[in-house]
Amino acid sequence: MHLYTYEGTFEGLLTVVFEAYERKAWPTAIEQEQVAQPGIFGTTIAVVTDEEKAQRVWKGLQHRLSATARKQLYYTYLWEQPGFELIIFNYIKLAFGTSENIEGNFTAPCVLQVQQAAKQLHREKHRMEAFVRFQKTTNELYYAHIEPDFNVLPVIIEHFTKRYADQRWAIYDTRRRYGAYYDLHSTTFVTLDAAPCKGMGVLPESAITQQEKTYQQLWQVYFDHVNIVERKNPKLHLRHVPKRYWKYLSEKQPRLQA
Amino acid sequence: MDDRITEKLKILADAAKYDVSCSSSGGKRKNENKGLGNAEGMGICHSYTEDGRCVSLLKILLTNHCIFDCAYCVTRKSNDIKRAAFTMQEVVDLTINFYRRNYIEGLFLSSGIFSNADYTMERLVRIAKKLRQEEKFNGYIHLKTIPGASEELIKEAGLYADRLSVNIELPSEKSLIALAPEKNYSEILLPMNNIKQQLVQAKEEKKLFKSAPAFAPAGQSTQLIVGASAENDQQILQLSSQLYKDYSLKRVYYSGYVPVSSDSRLPIITEPPIIRENRIYQADWLMRFYGFDVKEILDDSNPHLDLDIDPKLSWALRNRHVFPVELNTADYEMVLRVPGIGVKSAKKIVSARRFASLNYEHLRQMGVVLKRAKYFITCQQKSLQPYDFDSQRIRNKILFGDGAVRSPLLTQQLDLFRQVG
Ligand code: SF4
Repeated sequence: MHLYTYEGTFEGLLTVVFEAYERKAWPTAIEQEQVAQPGIFGTTIAVVTDEEKAQRVWKGLQHRLSATARKQLYYTYLWEQPGFELIIFNYIKLAFGTSENIEGNFTAPCVLQVQQAAKQLHREKHRMEAFVRFQKTTNELYYAHIEPDFNVLPVIIEHFTKRYADQRWAIYDTRRRYGAYYDLHSTTFVTLDAAPCKGMGVLPESAITQQEKTYQQLWQVYFDHVNIVERKNPKLHLRHVPKRYWKYLSEKQPRLQA
Repeated sequence: MDDRITEKLKILADAAKYDVSCSSSGGKRKNENKGLGNAEGMGICHSYTEDGRCVSLLKILLTNHCIFDCAYCVTRKSNDIKRAAFTMQEVVDLTINFYRRNYIEGLFLSSGIFSNADYTMERLVRIAKKLRQEEKFNGYIHLKTIPGASEELIKEAGLYADRLSVNIELPSEKSLIALAPEKNYSEILLPMNNIKQQLVQAKEEKKLFKSAPAFAPAGQSTQLIVGASAENDQQILQLSSQLYKDYSLKRVYYSGYVPVSSDSRLPIITEPPIIRENRIYQADWLMRFYGFDVKEILDDSNPHLDLDIDPKLSWALRNRHVFPVELNTADYEMVLRVPGIGVKSAKKIVSARRFASLNYEHLRQMGVVLKRAKYFITCQQKSLQPYDFDSQRIRNKILFGDGAVRSPLLTQQLDLFRQVG
């Protein structure tokens, strides 16, 4: 019985893989050190992140796996659901254990699990790319906050960077308390200095321009008028836009008056 | 910005919404000029209407003044409604400002015909040009071509638009004469053919010179109205099949006729034929992604799609002699023809069976739904069905038996709209 702990980064997790191979001691659990509960049975191995070791594991994977499969592993990491570390470990072990390409082996549980986790993350990524609504602030910044189910910010910024190359924008994850900011040249991750408080990362009313309100209102008008009443289908509507996403959508807010 | 714009937006969004195409996929425009937007690859639905349709583009008419009097159309001359017209700058401003806030993927612009076809078309082209050149806009632009517009204008439109569409609307010449007296088939097919030629030509030039201008990189599409005229499903699907083959259309859209008009030339209906429209889309899907020929789906003795079950199941029930299919050995094409197995499941099956002989547990774990498939497959030569039912029994069991509520209709319809694009 081996419990491995690491400090939570992807590199850290890859270091765990390295150490496990080094010791030939397969983990029964892998946990972040802040939350890990040392068991009564077995040994706990605290792994310190090592760039070089992580790199070696990743290089090894480059020989065994396609770019898509490596992306799926990274997505599984961002998925953050209980047990994701062990799923990733099992997948890597399967890949290293054979000269065959294992990616299509849906008879192995970890291959299916990685695929499903990556799919869920991808869906959330896609939803955020669709449902982010920027508000233009008085200092010409296009700002949005999100609270995604999974940690998608690292994988949505490429999309927004490509798309909004000529406007300054920022997206802030209020659940994970960090954001991304594009300054017309590059996009970087940012955190807010203030002490965490309720409503942190949400734009105050005073920062929103009159013009911004006008466009929000026009969008609401548009939304109301593309609807075909004769075809109303609330079930279908809800399936596409589950209620928990409504908070992002200006068209789902009370109607603004001009 | 004031109430006037709001009022115009109401009228001109209302008038445009019966064109069901909202796809923004297939674009190839990258943001290479540090401008605004890109339209590469898959489109995004930024919202969904309360009737469950994807909202991806700002879909508006430039004006709903029209000199024509097509019976099925809200905008027709004889209809007593409020009329409005945007200025070109207003359309540009709305598009850019919606786009910057991540509301939309781009613009779908159409128009009623005011003055004459070329005058109208020219304005649509100028708006697209302005967006591309002055605003450095790389988002998606879909322009509808105005019936009767000149070849030159359509050619120019293709330089700025990602997609062009020529709407046929009525599935036969006879209905067209009855319901849209100012239009005729040759006038519709001519621009379609022009666009096709341009698309082919642009592709060839691209091969020779990398810098050759792109022409409507997301191709052309059209729309057929279902239920405003008497054509049966076979006639409609034959027409689509021909359009895909002869005019290399990217998409044919079907719009179940919404009774917007009490015009005496039209049949009296109270509800749009949503289920029929859905079945036609499914059949269209079978032609484009499942390798079915239109003749396999419908023929002279079966000219109508079955409204209760999907067309693939319907085909399978008529062709029991090719089943059961052994999933461990059958060709991919045949796996794909099993009712209930879609493209994703078929691919997974073909991939996984290289590693192990598949059993039903594997299928379950891979998420393959067996409710319909189980009557048509074996796995390691085993069948989940101990009896050999006849087609009628299977049909009934799928529709009513085994705890099946009659919701498949609805769920399939849902799935369908998910895939539009
Ligand atoms: S020409 Fe177009 S806008 Fe005018 S009435 Fe006919 S379908 Fe409607």
